[in-house]
Amino acid sequence: MTTLALRRTPLRRLGDLARADVLAAVGLVVLVLIVLAALLAPWIAPYPDDGGAATHPAEALLPPGGDHWFGTDQVGRDVLSRVLFGARTSLFIAAAVLVVAAVAGVALGVVAGYAGGWARDVIMRITDVFLAFPALLLSLALAVVLQPSVTTVVVAIAVTWWPWYARLTASVAASVGRRGYIDAARCLGVPAPLIIVRHVLPNSLTPVLVQLSLDGGGVILTAAALSYLGLGAHEPTAEWGLMVEQGQTLFTTDWWVVTFPGLAILVTAFAFNVLGEGLRASLDPHRRPR
Amino acid sequence: MARYLARRLGQAALVVAGVIALTFVVTRLVPGDPAVAYAGPKASPAELAAARARFGLDDSVPAQLLAYVRDLLSGDWGTSLHTRRPVALDLATAFPASLELVGAALLAAVVIGVPVGGLAARHRGRGPDLGVRVCSVLAVSVPVFWLALAVQTVFASNLGWFPVAGEYDNALDATSPLHVYTNITVVDAAITGNWPMLTSTLSHLVLPALVVAAYPAGLIAQMTRAALIEEAGHDHARMARALGFGETAVLTRFALRPALNPVLSLIALVFAYSVVNGFLVEAVFNWPGLGRYAADSIRSLDTPAIAGVTLLVALLYVLANLVVDLFQGVIDPRARAR
Repeated sequence: MTTLALRRTPLRRLGDLARADVLAAVGLVVLVLIVLAALLAPWIAPYPDDGGAATHPAEALLPPGGDHWFGTDQVGRDVLSRVLFGARTSLFIAAAVLVVAAVAGVALGVVAGYAGGWARDVIMRITDVFLAFPALLLSLALAVVLQPSVTTVVVAIAVTWWPWYARLTASVAASVGRRGYIDAARCLGVPAPLIIVRHVLPNSLTPVLVQLSLDGGGVILTAAALSYLGLGAHEPTAEWGLMVEQGQTLFTTDWWVVTFPGLAILVTAFAFNVLGEGLRASLDPHRRPR
Repeated sequence: MARYLARRLGQAALVVAGVIALTFVVTRLVPGDPAVAYAGPKASPAELAAARARFGLDDSVPAQLLAYVRDLLSGDWGTSLHTRRPVALDLATAFPASLELVGAALLAAVVIGVPVGGLAARHRGRGPDLGVRVCSVLAVSVPVFWLALAVQTVFASNLGWFPVAGEYDNALDATSPLHVYTNITVVDAAITGNWPMLTSTLSHLVLPALVVAAYPAGLIAQMTRAALIEEAGHDHARMARALGFGETAVLTRFALRPALNPVLSLIALVFAYSVVNGFLVEAVFNWPGLGRYAADSIRSLDTPAIAGVTLLVALLYVLANLVVDLFQGVIDPRARAR
């Protein structure tokens, strides 16, 4: 019954959301379009080969026009195609980081919250340590010592991100654990691991969903910053932060090389943020005043 | 209060210990041999052995951790591989410049964010509110390195309103040299009455500070708006309304002060975040702070320097958190129970 409610309400609430919060609905639509662009990049990109290592020196640095809507870069690749392929990299990183961070964080958090006592103290003190590092800082230090690559970015950011989920889940699970139906299950002799998986976990997930949406933007910004610093994706991978880095000396003369990848990061992060805020407002009654 | 203070200090000490241990672990993840990085590729085996002994790489890991903590406490934060100077000394010269940048940015963020958040709360649910909401989310969503490049190109390179890069006009080092007291150029120039240096630094500060300010300003505007709306729903605000005060007066004269409390703690919390965000901006504007130091260290895979920067910023964060909690404990007894 609880799982059924969980499956149905988010969908129905998305409908409410569109009516109540235009901005969040816009965010959702934009996000769906970006996901579609990422999935369909090889088919919708005007020059699919330009998403990779292709070079066309004769067409270098053409301004935006009919053949190249976003212009071309220093080696003649179509910027629009690379921005579309870049969506794949950014969304892959965001999805991988959030899955790893949420699974690890929720697992530890639900145990900490339900068990309480020393287990909670140990887990929370560990999260305190990780949370003392701003996300970009710790992932930066990690990315320096590991080899720069997309995988490094995912590992480095996931390591800094899971404690947020542990904390969030721990506080929700602690309050869920005090409810009557948990006591009832305990009286019936249901073993603790089963109570956690069957009852505490599903009822603690709503705030996690909201947080996932809010964090999508943060992860994409952090990943782009790491790539900008040369610690993430490298040539010929199409990655927005890397594209900004490669074109930064051209800003005064060939603005399009830097402007469009930067706008892509901005629009994606914006869509995640307004959607997350809207979800929080509609799913979390304590924060209604927005 | 004494018990709260003791407990909170104990927690902070525990976190600091963890932060040091984590930094140590990260520095030991380096795939290459730090002795090789220090001694150079052409080093003889004897030089290599000397470097290994110097960094204590032949000891057991717990012994290394112990030695690391002992060195940190005695002020020895290691030797940078690329500047070849003590990391602590490098940090002491780079950090004040970052502090200058982030301090100016947070000041700008408050000056912009609070009134803008107030405007949104005053016109809740109408045009200005939506406008503020869009702008504040844009401010927290913009990639800061890209914003820095864009602002630099438009306002410095193209329009020429502000200098392109640096902390001050280097020619001033000859004509009006700065007497260094605090290492914060603006402060040193102001207290020694060095006006050419002061105006030059301030004009160099405008663009990078505004770029760093974008993120905290967006957060502060959102927080101010939410706190004002909550306060304006309380009984004391309804009382003020019943006495005939207008909505603007209710917000500015009665709701603003209690609403600023969460905003102040937010500022302390975004401080460390802004220092790190400032890294990217410093790289673009060639600002001689921690970020440029970190960027140089990244390029030369300078682990001791990276560890030093990481540790310093994490300690700052712990300190900022502690100050906020103690401050709230003093003014709000309920906070001590947490």
